[in-house]
Formats: sequence, structure tokens, C-alpha cells
Amino acid sequence: MRYEAPSTLENAVALLAGESGSAHVLAGGTDLLVGMKSGFTEPDLIVDIKRIDGMHTVTQEDGGWRIGAAVPGIQLGEHDGVKADWPGVVEALELIGSTQIQGRATMAGNLCNASPAADSVPAMVAADATVRIAGPNGSRDIPVIEVATGPGQTSLAKGEIVESIFLPARPVRSGDAYLRFIPRTEMDIAVVGCGVSLTLDEGGTCTAACVALGAVAATVLLVEDAARVLIGTAVDDAALDALAAACSAAAKPIDDKRGTVAFRKKVSGVLARRAAKIALERAKG
Amino acid sequence: MSQIHVSTTINGDATEFLCEPDETLLDALRDRLGLTGSKEGCGTGDCGACSVTVNGRLVCSCLMLAAEAEDAEVTTIEGMAEGEALHPLQRKFIEHAALQCGICTPGILVAAKALLEQNPAPTETEARYWLAGNLCRCTGYDKIIRAVMDAAAEMRGEMRRAS
Amino acid sequence: MALDDKLGVKDRTFKIVGTRPNRPDGIDKVTGRARFGADMNAPGMLTGHVLRSPHPHARIRAIDTSKAEALPGVKAVITAKDFGHVPDDMADVLDHCLAGDKVLYDGHGVAAIAAVSPAVAKQALKLIDVDYEVLPHVTDVDAAMKPDAPVIREAGGDETVPDGMSKNAMHRFEFGHGDPETGFGEADLVIERSFRTEAAHQGYIEPNACLATLAPDGQAELWCCTQGHYAVRDMCAAILGLDKGMLRVTASEIGGGFGGKTTVFIEPIALMLSKKTGRPVKMVMTRDEVFRASGPTASTSSDVKIGMTKDGTITGAFAEFRYQGGAYPGSPVEFGAMACFAPYDLKHVKTVGWDVVTNRPKQAAYRAPGAPMAAFATESVIDELCQKLGLDPVETRLKNAASEGTKSAYGPTFPQIGVKATLEAAKAHPHYAAPLGPNQGRGVATGFWFNFGGNTCVSLNVNADGTVSLTEGNPDIGGSRASMTMMAAEELGIPYDRIRTVIADTGSLGLNDVTDGSRVTFAVGLSTIKAARDAIRVMCERAAMVWGIDPDAVEWEDGHAKPAGPNAGQFPPMSLAEIAAQASNTGGPIAGHHEVNAEGAGVSFATHLVDSEVDPETGAVKTLRYTVFQDAGKAVHPSYVEGQFQGGAVQGIGWALNEEYIYGEDGKLQNAGFLDYRVPVASDLPMIDTVILEIPNPGHPYGVRGVGETSIVPPLAAIANSVSNAAGVRLTDIPMSPPKVLEAIDAAG
Repeated sequence: MRYEAPSTLENAVALLAGESGSAHVLAGGTDLLVGMKSGFTEPDLIVDIKRIDGMHTVTQEDGGWRIGAAVPGIQLGEHDGVKADWPGVVEALELIGSTQIQGRATMAGNLCNASPAADSVPAMVAADATVRIAGPNGSRDIPVIEVATGPGQTSLAKGEIVESIFLPARPVRSGDAYLRFIPRTEMDIAVVGCGVSLTLDEGGTCTAACVALGAVAATVLLVEDAARVLIGTAVDDAALDALAAACSAAAKPIDDKRGTVAFRKKVSGVLARRAAKIALERAKG
Repeated sequence: MSQIHVSTTINGDATEFLCEPDETLLDALRDRLGLTGSKEGCGTGDCGACSVTVNGRLVCSCLMLAAEAEDAEVTTIEGMAEGEALHPLQRKFIEHAALQCGICTPGILVAAKALLEQNPAPTETEARYWLAGNLCRCTGYDKIIRAVMDAAAEMRGEMRRAS
Repeated sequence: MALDDKLGVKDRTFKIVGTRPNRPDGIDKVTGRARFGADMNAPGMLTGHVLRSPHPHARIRAIDTSKAEALPGVKAVITAKDFGHVPDDMADVLDHCLAGDKVLYDGHGVAAIAAVSPAVAKQALKLIDVDYEVLPHVTDVDAAMKPDAPVIREAGGDETVPDGMSKNAMHRFEFGHGDPETGFGEADLVIERSFRTEAAHQGYIEPNACLATLAPDGQAELWCCTQGHYAVRDMCAAILGLDKGMLRVTASEIGGGFGGKTTVFIEPIALMLSKKTGRPVKMVMTRDEVFRASGPTASTSSDVKIGMTKDGTITGAFAEFRYQGGAYPGSPVEFGAMACFAPYDLKHVKTVGWDVVTNRPKQAAYRAPGAPMAAFATESVIDELCQKLGLDPVETRLKNAASEGTKSAYGPTFPQIGVKATLEAAKAHPHYAAPLGPNQGRGVATGFWFNFGGNTCVSLNVNADGTVSLTEGNPDIGGSRASMTMMAAEELGIPYDRIRTVIADTGSLGLNDVTDGSRVTFAVGLSTIKAARDAIRVMCERAAMVWGIDPDAVEWEDGHAKPAGPNAGQFPPMSLAEIAAQASNTGGPIAGHHEVNAEGAGVSFATHLVDSEVDPETGAVKTLRYTVFQDAGKAVHPSYVEGQFQGGAVQGIGWALNEEYIYGEDGKLQNAGFLDYRVPVASDLPMIDTVILEIPNPGHPYGVRGVGETSIVPPLAAIANSVSNAAGVRLTDIPMSPPKVLEAIDAAG
């Protein structure tokens, strides 16, 4: 195995593109090294992107935030600007693992690991975040939901790297939230996760909504039916009931060691309702 | 696999070592540098027994490649006491019987020190969540939390006196 | 053993026992200097690794190690065949380390390698070809009891198992007296329920590790983390055909055990690899290996039937337990069947236990082995009876509680015991009367553990400067050095910091049984006190020699020898240090010894109170408040006694709510790591309050009872009772993980 820590994005892309064996990007490493320990992942090349300029920075852009691929959870949690605009996204990232994991784990890594249960992904999907991908043919931007194509699978081509994640400008009178269910209070993988983002008009009627579920399908689900039942309402109890029902109906989970189908479907609705209430309070300011 | 040369700073001392490309920082600390105070309880970031700080950030040394430590400032449990003087957390852990077997103790002390550096007055709940990544199987955490809170109080008192 | 009348606990005031000094190994443990199992190295050392079975049950047709042996850097490859014939009583122990003709569980060792580096070893493991004939498997205890279940051990059970039963039933136990059916006839209400518990792991944070050297002349050194290095010596010597005296085992500091480090998993392998290579071999299990191939506890299934009158008298009790202990006989069902009704004075009681084998790793002891699961079942039914009859659960337990003179459910008649004291204390505690909010419930349960004494050997040397070296042979797993030092200081009458306690290797002291059965503070403490008294006797003789009086005319008080009375002569008292300084001139070094197979351990009881809150929409359970009431006999170092109460309670909380071995349909363990084997984390828990009761054990000079194990007996039941009360539906399946709780709530409507 080779370890490389290039100082430019171009070099990183060239290294990854040129490797004939198994090549992996190392940002926080909190998934990669676990895979290596178990023997599940046996890289021929590891490209550490943390010595590349810009990978550690959070910058304002078009009223939104561009977050470097190597920004760890703890750094984002310390960023008052991002926290104020997208508290749900920051909270989702901060839920991943322990304080120690937070010192290393990145949102880009969480996304590219492509676990259906990744905490930050439903929150980013709800926030309508996009991803900037650098590759041998230049760079491109795609919506977050288009990155993971299945458990452990991404749409990234050989040689491509997530360079940054962009959280758009937060609309006025909007709020987001992410909740997950785990058996303990910390240290678990989400059994169900739900991100909600919504926008109100001056009268308090919901004009836009985005609801995403994690851990209930092979990839994160964008639940359009759930958004539809919120829009045009005051996000009252009836709307929340409809939201919960839509989420429970949309969830297509499996039985596994972390939860059952029945449990995940029901809790999808429970969490959606609870997350929507938080998002609503935030939208109201 | 050819070995990588790493220059780093460990507990304030400039240190150089060779490591395999896939070697963890924990293995390098333990097997190459003789710093066996950091423990491997799981190797997957779930127990916190290998906790160290790197450039001031609390991390699991089992989830970091040794090669990543190039130019970094690493601190381990071996760097916690200053000469003969134990850190207040170390002293309080002994006084409160906050350890039984002691295998998790180095990691918990490193993590608790990082907590008090960024939050000198944590609530019990904040301390419990900060330390959630450090498993202790012996104590049920009760005496650990008491020791951390007591050390925090003492350290705040010292800081007041110093100012 | 009777109480020493002169120093009887009743009138004794302690100076050191009962205080809370700093533990002597504290600085080593907070600075990272303490050396645990994996912290030792040796020059020229190799690394040992085990190839493990991916199948839960398979016949090994052939193992081809030639390609692995040919890999540069590989120094030896061994299989079970390299050990040849081992004594019958060690056959299962070796087979669990390295499989014989069949692999019996996912993770079962098949072959082992010694190599120059982990990377080489990893590569070599892949080069070993094993030809498996995969066999049908069974991992569930009830499935294994079916007559047509896959057969794990062809020989089947012993003579206690009736014909026609599953061959996986190894043994049937029965305990009790009277006739439960008669008792049920006298009851106003009889409740019968079935329960299940999944296997838990001790979850010690330090993976098993050892460093072995075995020379061609049969002399061997072994460094390992264990609860009992003498037991490791005896097992390894028998398995490798070594003389016990030639194998010196040194116990490292131990990073948790809880019963799990009372046997061997890698030590014989490391010794054999060292023998083959002529080099030291270090082995450290990975966390995955610890879960798959060490010794978790049993999973269980049980049926309980109890009858009660309207006023709360238990008229009859019956329980049948099925415990699977992995692929080898020896589950702790016997202890469960004995312990479950021990807190009560019952006229009609019977328990039956079945020892069952399945395709899982061989269970090892886990803190009060067998008792928590049985108490969960019986204490749940008692709680439900109280609930349905409108009775107070603490009062009802008090009404039926055993006391001195009670013939216990498992046979013996109790001496002075503390079960009523724990219940009275719970009843009087503010926790019991505290108000509860919505979705909250309170649970109570009482538990019992036998406690143990055992072989113990202690040596106490008085140094010329008046310091004392205390040498004992039980690894310090939770502060026992402090307790031993305190008892020696108390007895000798010198300050705590004048004594240093050392854990000896097997070559330096006689046999010491394993650190288990809550035996150490009792038995090693007793031996420490007796060794100190032996040294005092010698010091009195030396003083008598100096004074020229009869040794019987000298007595010991407050660290000094003094004439026993005015007739003995007028001499100023001589301190221990003064006597020690003259030792060379009065007959040589001064030492005290005690060797005993200790009896009189003194049984122990605990009552636990817990408040839980259930989220009715998700089934999540939060532990809000927890109080432990336990009889310690005499708390030598109260902080470490509290620590045992707290630690046992929290292990019980974990087991009750989220910890479990999850096997797939394929018979493979699905959660061999701390991510999905969910031990409690700090943020899951409240403070754990403790109330230490001291009902002296007549079998110990200071009244000490073991405290380590009883604390894990009540939690499963106490939490189940609190969750059942909070959720409004009876939970009978442990762990009470959120999906199960939610399903129960939804099913109850």
C-alpha cells in the first residue's frame, strides 16, 4: 500500500486516476480505517487530501456556505455562521460518533462512504446542498442526493474527488432540523434518520419543504409526498399527521441487527413529525 | 511496502520514526515509540481507550495513520503530568476511586483534559456526552463524572487565584 | 471459622478499615505507566495470529498449511494436532482454542501462525487452505432443545437427561423442597410466564493478550492478562504436558474481566508457537476475536409459575430454565436454578435447569454466572403478582424474605443474612417515595449470590526499616491492593503507606484460586489478616527475647509489642520498626504467612430500585434514577465497594436494555464490535446511588462479605419491572431494545 499526501487537487486527482489497484481518498479516515482494520477494505493507494489548500476552509459564497471536504465535524460545530443558517445540517454532522470521531470525521466523507444511515446526508438533502466534484475532466457540481447510488456505491468516476459541499443561502423564514433514532444516546448508527427543511410565508403558511429519510432504503430517500402535505399548511397537527403517514409509507426498510421493518416505518413518521416541529420553530425565528 | 519517515512532536519532544504506510498512529506510539499508555480496546474508534490529541483536537489514535502525524503536535497520556506534579484530573481520579481496572483511564483522562480546556465549567450532562466515546466497563461512570466535575471546579479555583 | 473473640468485629473499632485512602497503584494507572497484557515485549519476539472458522458448524476434512509455511517471515504454523493427546478435563479447553475434527461456532480457531510481523501473519492466514464439510447449525437455545435439532456433540447428554430428548441437552439439574403444586392450590393467584434473555459479553475493554516463551528444556514464562494466573498455569501445563513448577506465569495489570478472563483462549497457542519457533511469541486478540471466540455468557429461556395469597404470601414457586453455554457443556444454569428463589422463605419450591449446547463459543463466567437471567424471570413474576393483587412490591418481598434459620431454596440453612436489611433500607429510602411523571415507572428486584472463598496463600515480610511487603497472588482488578494494604495496616497497627502490596507470579507464592466468586477481599483479606497475626506472633517473640521474658507475656497493641501486664515486667513498648531493625540479631528476617482453602464466604443479597421512562412512540428507555442497597458485611474501602455496586448495576442496565449477541440465520455473529454490541456509554446513565449495609459475615475476622457479583443479579429484573410499569405492558424478553418495547406497546394497544 502507498500513502500519498499531495499538496494540490490536481496531483490528488492524477494519483487517483493513475492507480490501477484500489485507490481511496483519506479525509477524516473514520470509515476508511475501520474498513482496513476489519480487512473489508484493502487499499493499494491512499490519497490524504488534508494537505491541499482550501480543503479545511469554510467560506461564504452567494449567501451560502462552501465547506471544504476535509473540514471535521468539530470545526463546523464551532462555525457560528453555518450553525445559524443550517443548524440541522450541523447537528446531523455532530451526531456522528464520539467527540474523538468529531475531531476527524467530515461531511464529505460521510457522504462518500455512501452508508444508507449516514447522518449528515438527509440533512444535506433537505437543505438542497450540492457537491463540487473535481476530476480528470475538470470540476462539476451535483445535488447531494445524486452521490450515493447504493450502499457503499457512489456516482463518482475514477479519479474524482469531492472537493467541497455547498449549503445554499438560507431563505427567509425557513428552518431545518435533523433527528435520528438510536438505541443509546450516543455512539450508534442511525436506525432511522430524518432531515426536514421548510420555509414559511409572512402569514406562517409553509411555502416550501424538503423531507429526507435515512436508514430506511438503500440510499437516502427524498420524500416528495411528505413535502407536499406540508406546503400550504401552517404545519399544524393535521399536517404533521399527514407528514408522519407519508414518511412511514415512503420508508422501504429492511430487518437487520439494528431494527425491524415495522419499527423503522413507524419511527420514520415519529421522527419526521418531531423534526418538522423543530424546523417550524426555527423558521418562525 | 516501503516505510515512511515521519517527523512529529510528541508531548513536546521532537520525534522521528519510520512506519508502514497502513500503520495507525496508535501502533506507532505503542510499538515504535514505547508509549504504551494509549490502549487498543477495539481498533475501530468505538471505545476511546487510544485517545490522544493531535494539534489540539481529541482523536482516536487507532483511526489515524501514523504517516498523518507528519509536522503535527501529538499529546498522549504520558504527557499529562508535569514532572512530579500530576494533573488535577489525574489526582482527582485517584481520590475519587474513578478507576477500577484502569485500562480506560488514560483515554478518559486525555478526553477529559480536552473537555476542560474548551469548557472549564461543563455541566454533568455536557461531561457525560463529551465522554460518551470513552467506554468504561467497571465503574458505571459515576465516580468518573464526579472526578471530572471536581477537577474542573478545582481548576477554575486555581485560575481565579492566578488572575 | 469462628470470629476471633478478642478482635471480634462486634466491639472492634477500626482505624483504617472503612476509610478511603488513595489506591497504591493509582499513579501508575493515571499516568499510563501500568503495564497491561499487550504492553509487554521481549527481544526477538514473534507475533501470533489465529485463523478462525467462517462457519458455525463444519467438519474439517483437511488443513493444508504448506503455502503459509513457505511464506517468508512465517516461523511456525500449528493446529490442534500439534498438541497431541491432552488430559480429558482439558480437552474442551483446548478444543475451544483450536478446533479438533469439527468447528463448532463462527470464529472457532482452526490454525495459528507465528510470524515476524502482523502484515506477514495476515498474508499467511489467507494462504491456509481448510477443507470444510459444512454441517447444519443451531444457535438458539429453544431450537437446540427440539428433538430433531442439529446435533453438536454426538455423545449427547448424561444420565440425568431422559431418553428422547434432544442430544443437545447435556444435563438436568433439580433443586428445591416441598411440592409446588400443593402450594399453587393454596394461592389466590397463580401466574405463569415464559422469559428469554440473549447472551451478553463481559465487555472488558482490554482484549486478551499474552507473551509466551517456552524453551526446549521445558521451562516456560508466560505474561498475560488474567483473573487467575495459577489457573492459567495449571491449564497450560496440562495442555502442553509441562510441569507446573517449570511454567512461571506472571499476571499483568488486567483491563477488566468480570469472569471472562478465568480461562484460556490464546495462552496455550502462544506457548506452542514459542516451543516450535524457539522465540518469544506475543498474541493479542482483536475486538472482533474477543466477541466471536472468547467466553460470553449463556442465552436463556425459562418458564416460571408462582402462587400468592391475597395478603402476599408466596405459597408455591416453580421455575424451569434452559441455558445454552455454547458448543460445550457447562452453562451456568445450575447457579441460576439455585440462586433465583434464595431471597425467600418458601414452603414449596422447585427449580429445574437444563444445560444445553449450541453452535456458539463456550461460555465463560460473567459476574454471578447464571443468576441475573434466572432472577429476571422469577422477580418479574413476583412483581406481576404484586401488581395484580394490589400489593407493595417491597413489603411483599419483606413478608416472604429469608432470614437466619431459613432453609434456602437450594438446600443449605442460612446463617445471619442481610436480605431483609436491604429491603428495609429500600423501603425507607427517599427514592422509593419519590413521585413519578408520565411514561415513567419504578421497578424493584432482589438478588442473591453465593460468594466463594477458596485456595489462598499470602506472605507478609517485615523489612528492617519498618516497612512491610505484602505478597498476594490475585490480580488487582478493582482496587484490591488498597483493601489488602488496609487490612494489613489495621492488623499490624502501622500506617497504610508503610505497606506495599505486590501481586506475585506463580513461582513466588503457593496456589491462589482465580479472582472470581467475589472471593478476594474475603479470602485474601482473611489470609492477609492471619499472615499479619503470624508476623505479630514472631515480633512478640523477638521482643520477648530482647526483654528476656516469656513470649506469652508479650502482647501487640497499636503497632507495638508490650508486656502483657504488670507481672510481665516493666519495658517500654517496642514499635514494629524497632523490632524490625533488630531482626538480624534476634533470629533473622521477620515474616508472616497464611495458607488456607477458605470457607465461610458469607452469602450476599441486594435490592435495587430503578426509575425508567419509556418513549411510547419509539420504545426508547431512559434510566432516570437508580439506587443499590447491598450487604457488604464490612466495607473495607467504601469507595471501591460502591464502585462494585455501581459497576454491576450498570452492566445489568446494559444487558437489560441493549446488549445482545445477534446471530444471523447463517449462524454467524453479526455484531462482533462495540458499535453494535451496545454497552452503556456515559450519557446513557444517571448517577448510581448506593447504600452499603453491613451485616457482618461470621466467617471473616472483620465481617467482610464479597460484593463484586451480587450487584448484577437484580438489575435485569428491576429494569424489566420498571419498564413494564412505565409502558403498561409486561416485558419478558431481554434485552428490552426499542423495537421490542415498541412492538409490545403497540400490541397491547
